[in-house]
Amino acid sequence: MPNAQSGFFEWVFFFVRTYGPMFLQGAGTTLLIALTGTLVGFIIGLAVGYVRAIPCAKEDGAVKYWLLKLARTLLGVYIEVFRSTPMIVQSMVIFYGASSVLHINLPYLLAGFIIVSINTGAYLSEIVRGGIQSVDPGQMEAGLAIGMTYGQTMLNVVLPQAIRNILPALGNEFVVNIKDTSVLNVISVTELYFVSKSAAGTYFKYFEVFFITSVIYFVMTFTITRFLRWVEKKMDGPQNYAIHGSQTVPDVELIPKGGATNE
Amino acid sequence: MNETVLQVRHLSKSFGDHEVLRDVDFTVSKGEVISIIGSSGSGKSTLLRCMNLLEKPTSGEVLFHGDNIQAPGFNLQTYRAHVGMVFQSFNLFANMTALDNCVVGQMKVLGRSRVQAQNIAMAFLEKVGMSAYVKAKPRQLSGGQKQRVAIARALAMNPEVLLFDEPTSALDPEMVGEVLTVMKDLASTGLTMLVVTHEMGFARDVSDRVVFMDGGVIVESDVPEVVFTQPKHPRTREFLARILEN
Ligand SMILES: Nc1ncnc2c1ncn2[C@@H]1O[C@H](COP(=O)(O)OP(=O)(O)O)[C@@H](O)[C@H]1O
Ligand SMILES: [Mg+2]
Repeated sequence: MPNAQSGFFEWVFFFVRTYGPMFLQGAGTTLLIALTGTLVGFIIGLAVGYVRAIPCAKEDGAVKYWLLKLARTLLGVYIEVFRSTPMIVQSMVIFYGASSVLHINLPYLLAGFIIVSINTGAYLSEIVRGGIQSVDPGQMEAGLAIGMTYGQTMLNVVLPQAIRNILPALGNEFVVNIKDTSVLNVISVTELYFVSKSAAGTYFKYFEVFFITSVIYFVMTFTITRFLRWVEKKMDGPQNYAIHGSQTVPDVELIPKGGATNE
Repeated sequence: MNETVLQVRHLSKSFGDHEVLRDVDFTVSKGEVISIIGSSGSGKSTLLRCMNLLEKPTSGEVLFHGDNIQAPGFNLQTYRAHVGMVFQSFNLFANMTALDNCVVGQMKVLGRSRVQAQNIAMAFLEKVGMSAYVKAKPRQLSGGQKQRVAIARALAMNPEVLLFDEPTSALDPEMVGEVLTVMKDLASTGLTMLVVTHEMGFARDVSDRVVFMDGGVIVESDVPEVVFTQPKHPRTREFLARILEN
């Protein structure tokens, strides 16, 4: 162990050597919560965005109209509340609310998943709704015009395009979550920030430890940002279509005789 | 006279205070090719869109083989498969290949298997001359190619009637011909077609009947020879004089 005369780098090496596995574990927890929270939040966002995008007119029947109106109001409240309060406060309210009102002692990790998911869901709902609105209304009309239902057209035509449009925002939300899971330390989730705080507190070496911590956060977010950009590029594919000479058209390959599908 | 397929009765449509269609009566017989002409804003698109309920009529009714398409219990999905629509802006599903554009509706609406739907789709893509582009995405196609795929997509649903809303208006001039050729072929197979168009050549040579609309009403409806050579109504004469001048 370094002593009082030891320099910055000696302490850094010391922490890396002795706390390395703990840092990695904390980073793993951070990634796990951020990823799960973003994915579950995305599913919440899709569901909420879908409901909020359903067109509703009084002529469609009073029951449907009022149910939709009610659902929308409730979802609107959810979105506003979670977007207008800090996640650190939401963590306290949900975690201690569950224990003192519902008498449920949430495991820390589960509490973390729930908080990040609900919070992300609120942000992504609005993004999904915007994504749906950004798709040309002609796409929905074309689906309806060949007899598909609103829901079928939504699932097969509009949502895939909406999701493609919001992919950058989704990636961004993931990166934000990697950073923001740090607030979960207030409810003792052992993510990277919590682990760092414990290590630093033991030796009163805050600068050294949090220097390491920031490097780990940076590497995670930087790598993921680059990776997502690469994925987006890949998904766009080529802009031009190479025309096959008519003899080389792979008709046979396209229409499998044996019942195999061509996805 | 052939059997009546579609009947429009006392159809009116308003957007707010703006009355776009006024008490339109109109009958379509099996195998008829009808061109609907008229200046921009006269209600042609709205009429077509009311016929497959993309717009809800304010009053009046549309009967398909005598059945009111707005009656409760009427199967709107099947009806729309039977009365297809081709749009001015193509509206191909942007996230799907040309082939899948023609497959998805068959599977979802008609319950066909993927293999069966692909075979049918291929047959129609071939018919419109697009079989070399089955794997292309819409953004990789020219306007004329997109519109031909859109026609194949509608045909794959086994339609009894096809509604065309200015199918060539968004096309560069050199691509108008390829789409009109496909439409002429279809007309000769006996498909019932309603075509909103500014292509007077098509209206005169291909259609059995020409309908002239103005201000939300049908002003004149007759065989092309009469409408083009001895129109009864002065508004028809004015319109034709204006459009044939160019
Ligand atoms: N969704 C709509 N909302 C309000 N007005 C509309 C709508 N659709 C069409 N209109 C109006 O209805 C009139 C007829 O439009 P349309 O049927 O598209 O004419 P056309 O196809 O003959 O050019 C126009 O004045 C147009 O502005
Ligand atoms: Mg129009």
